[in-house]
Amino acid sequence: MDAATRVKGLLGEAFAGDEVSVEDRTGGGDHFQVTVVSTRFEGLSLVEQHRLVYDALAGPLADGTIHELRISTKGTQ
Amino acid sequence: MRDQIKDLIETSDVALFMKGTPQFVMCGNSQRALDALRRAGAPVTAVDILPDPRIRQELSALSGWPTIPQIFVGGELIGGADIVEELERSGELEQTLRAKLGDEFGTEERVVVVA
Repeated sequence: MDAATRVKGLLGEAFAGDEVSVEDRTGGGDHFQVTVVSTRFEGLSLVEQHRLVYDALAGPLADGTIHELRISTKGTQ
Repeated sequence: MRDQIKDLIETSDVALFMKGTPQFVMCGNSQRALDALRRAGAPVTAVDILPDPRIRQELSALSGWPTIPQIFVGGELIGGADIVEELERSGELEQTLRAKLGDEFGTEERVVVVA
């Protein structure tokens, strides 16, 4: 499984039913732009929203799969 | 070292933990954060995390934030480059600076070495 697929899979599990997209920014499989639109973000600060994304991607962040991560989060309202 | 980092976070108006220094930035995201803070006129205290891997370990242990850069205003984690840029776009970055530091915050930049 390539890294983008793994990242997308983890986000899909953590944000089941929500809109998740993953872009490999450089084509190298380690610089990603992820965008998540979720009802779970409503009422949360940006720091709290990004923490949820980091929690979902703790594995690939810790093992060095992800060298650079850009995050965009939105509530659904 | 953890105490020194904690002290910097708590006592700096704006603490930016980055890769490189403002004079020689080593990472695109650190540059994005620095640029956004500069446009807002923030009094940035910059800390280069690259000289010693323990700086990043201790910082992330304190903040619970896994990536670099990390920006703190008035002792509170504001986020990384994406959030700072988003706050700048929405006008909230300057509001946050005023709310935390008062209307007359200075704009002077400094670099602190953690060892």
